[in-house]
Amino acid sequence: MRRARGDQPHIITKICFYLFLAIGAVISIFPFYWMFVIGSNERGAASRIPPVITISDRFFENFGRALDRTEFWTALLNSVFISSVVTFSVLLFCSLAGYAFAKYQFRFKTFLFFFVLGTLFVPQQLSVLPTYVIMAKLHWIDTYNAVIVPAMVNAFGIFWMRQYISTAVHTELIEAGRIDGAGHLRIFTRVVVPIITPAYATLGIFTFMNTWNDFFWPFVVLKDRSHYTIQIALQQLFHTRDGLDYGMILSATFMATLPLLIVFLLFSRWFIAGLTSGAVKS
Amino acid sequence: MPQTVPASAGKVHKTSWLTESKRSSLTAYLFISPFFVLFAIFGLYPILFTIYLSFFKWDALGPMQYMGLKNYEFVMEDPVFWTSFFNTLIISAMGTIPQLILALLLAVFLNSAITRFKKTLRVLFFMPNITSIVAVTLVFSALFSNNGMVNWVFDVLGVDPINWNSGWWGVKLAIAMMIMWRWTGYNTIIYLSGLQSIPTDLYEAARIDGASRFQILLSITLPLLRPFIIFTVLLSTIGSLQLFTEPYVYLGQSGTSSTREEGITMVIYLYTEAFGNSFFGTAAATAVILLIFTIIFSLINIWASRKIGGSSDGGAI
Repeated sequence: MRRARGDQPHIITKICFYLFLAIGAVISIFPFYWMFVIGSNERGAASRIPPVITISDRFFENFGRALDRTEFWTALLNSVFISSVVTFSVLLFCSLAGYAFAKYQFRFKTFLFFFVLGTLFVPQQLSVLPTYVIMAKLHWIDTYNAVIVPAMVNAFGIFWMRQYISTAVHTELIEAGRIDGAGHLRIFTRVVVPIITPAYATLGIFTFMNTWNDFFWPFVVLKDRSHYTIQIALQQLFHTRDGLDYGMILSATFMATLPLLIVFLLFSRWFIAGLTSGAVKS
Repeated sequence: MPQTVPASAGKVHKTSWLTESKRSSLTAYLFISPFFVLFAIFGLYPILFTIYLSFFKWDALGPMQYMGLKNYEFVMEDPVFWTSFFNTLIISAMGTIPQLILALLLAVFLNSAITRFKKTLRVLFFMPNITSIVAVTLVFSALFSNNGMVNWVFDVLGVDPINWNSGWWGVKLAIAMMIMWRWTGYNTIIYLSGLQSIPTDLYEAARIDGASRFQILLSITLPLLRPFIIFTVLLSTIGSLQLFTEPYVYLGQSGTSSTREEGITMVIYLYTEAFGNSFFGTAAATAVILLIFTIIFSLINIWASRKIGGSSDGGAI
């Protein structure tokens, strides 16, 4: 019982480790692969026995049927537009607020910061109805404003930027800027922004991804087909009236997932580093 | 010289109408104001209005009519609400408890010194989290279709096929698995960063004292990981009580706007009351009840996860 086997674990333990991790990895990737398999086979392939597991050549045929039924490209462009505007605005406002919380002294600072953190724990659904009413009063129902404006700055981004700025930006640099007579905004753009570029990258990918993937709120406020985001367009494809044409549905799903997959694989290092540095330290 | 000039050198020169330190705090308030303005309009006001609305009968168009606690009574006496409540609880428990345990195991394995390809594995485990919930639901609904792959695997293994699309357990299991697939990797990464923050000399000291691997896990790893565990438990609790998209997309396929009994959740109930039936008052009451449940379950789960790894007061969150 004592002094268990020194440093070198048993070969069986080692095999079990790798087996477990490998199964986990396969389960993680398989649905992506399978999306493409079903998307590239004939329409009934999802329910063939034994299952199809090889890629075929009908992808564009299937995707063509999806294009007939939804305004796929319009929805994709809508999503690109909404996600880009939200991301730009979140980066701007969250970094300004994070900078203020990290480097400025002002009254009620601690209280206000904890207030920001507290809002993280309020469920979104609690405010759905009145927000809908506000949007109706503003005549913003079925416009992009309804999706973009409430998302323009968020508590998570502020928290995250504050954590990053307080460790990465040295106060002496800011003081040196002050002594040179630079104004507050000038110090921000010339001194702070260049230092926090990595934080911008990570928060940017995060925000873009979350906005791109959001379903509930856009689904509530966007009514017209030409205003749909890509997620709503996908959901609309899922109808029994086509006898559940999984070839069509999954070819479109694959096309809608591909952009994010590419972005993620290119920036995965930053992304995971950001996730782990910002999420928990409190 | 630099050191002699104070950072916010106010007080001295009163040439401008604002002292430097006042100007500095004004700037700070300006920088943080967008959040507070937006939160006031789209966060605070709606919450207060929801609570107010829950005492009225309203269809979003006509005049409001005071109901007292009638909306709450109506919701609490509606069997569909309780179905949605228990569905939410059952799906949450099935989707998150095994998920967090699995994530913890994966993280411990990934962190162990003998594992290679760590970086690649991290990326692969995290990949499910970047797919949208709608996409996950569509892919899984194909996997879980009646003659789909999962039932074929069951058939090969000699297990009876499960009716994933309308069975009472089948629907819930299918939804729970979608949640697990999308979030296990995320939690693995969070736990992994927690594990990496534990100083290695603690392990070495324990090893010298003759502690077994299992003892080390119980008395060093788990207690030091506690803040991370509480964080994930809290996020999972809040997230799964708000479950909407997976069941809504998964069961809404038939073109009917309502969701069937096996998969209706509290937020779907809320959504149907408001946007399906125009009962904004009862929907608001449901939202308030949902908030109360969220607080209760968060507190219970925080309390439970603080017990993990003994009751020694380590991290004080």
